[in-house]
Amino acid sequence: MNSVKHYLIILGALMLLLGATVGVAYIDLGPFNTAVAIAISLTKGVLIVLFFMHVKTASPLVRIFACAGFFWLGLLFALSLGDLLERLRIAW
Amino acid sequence: MSAEAPVAHQFDSAEQQREAATLGMWVFLATEVLFFGALFLAYTAYRLYFPAVFHQASSHTIVALGATNTAVLLLSSFFMVLAVRAAELKQPKPGSNWLFLTAALGVLFLVFKGFEYSQEIHEGLFPGHAFHFEGADEDHARMFFYLYFLTTGVHALHVFIGIVMLTIFGVRLRRAAQPARLSTSVELLGLYWHFVDLVWVFLFPLLYLAGRAR
Repeated sequence: MNSVKHYLIILGALMLLLGATVGVAYIDLGPFNTAVAIAISLTKGVLIVLFFMHVKTASPLVRIFACAGFFWLGLLFALSLGDLLERLRIAW
Repeated sequence: MSAEAPVAHQFDSAEQQREAATLGMWVFLATEVLFFGALFLAYTAYRLYFPAVFHQASSHTIVALGATNTAVLLLSSFFMVLAVRAAELKQPKPGSNWLFLTAALGVLFLVFKGFEYSQEIHEGLFPGHAFHFEGADEDHARMFFYLYFLTTGVHALHVFIGIVMLTIFGVRLRRAAQPARLSTSVELLGLYWHFVDLVWVFLFPLLYLAGRAR
C-alpha cells in the first residue's frame, strides 16, 4: 500500500491535475471556470489527505478527527454563503 | 512498530501511543483548517461581490511562478512521504536525506515567492500607502491584494516553520542513537508539511487563475 510506486502514481496524478487546472483557466467557460478550478483543487486535496497523510489507512478515530476540521469549515461556508448569496440576490 | 519510543505509563501499547500522537496532530490541523478557512471565506465573500475587479487584480499575479511553486510543493510532499516511509522502515540515513531534500524544496518555494513579492511591490501592488492600480475600482483591487499578501504571507510563514522543523529532524534522525524512536515525530511532521501543501493547492487557483480566460 505505501510503496514508492504507489506514491509516484499519486504524485503523477497531482501534477497532471495541476497542468489541467492551469490549462482550463485559459479556456472561457463563463462561470464554470471557477467551479472547475475548485473541483480540481478538491480532487488534489482528497488525494493528498487520503494517501500522503495516510487517512485512508488510519484508524476510524483518527479519520473522524481528520474530518472534524473540514466539517466545521463546511458549516462556516454553508451558513455564511447562505447569507451572502441571499443579500446578493436581493441586490439584483 | 514495537521497537519504537518507550511507552508512557498512560498508554497500553506503542500502537496506542502513536495513535494518540496522530490524533493530537489532527486536532492542531483542525484549528489550522479553520484559521485558513476564515481567510478563504473573506476571499469568497469579496469575490462574490466584486467579481470583475478580482478577475482584473488576479491577472497581475505571475502565473508561471505560481504554477512552478505548486509543482515544487507537490514534489516536496512526495519527498516527505518517502522520509516518513524510510523512518518507519528504520532507515535513518535515507530518511534524513529525504527530509533535507523536502526542506530544500521549501527554500526554493520561498525564493520564488520572494521574487514574486519584490516584483509586485515594485509594481505598487502592495496595499500600503504606495498602492496604485490602473483600473476602475482601486479600493476593491486593494482588497484583493490585501488578501493576497495576507494569505500567501501566512502560508509562507508556515513553510518557513516547516523548513526549520524539517532541518532539525533531519539532523536528529542522523545523530540519534535509536532512530526508530523518531518515526512517530517524522510522521507528524509529515502531516504538517502536507497540510501546508494542501493550503497552497487551494490558494493557487483562487489567487492566480481567477478570470484568466477573459
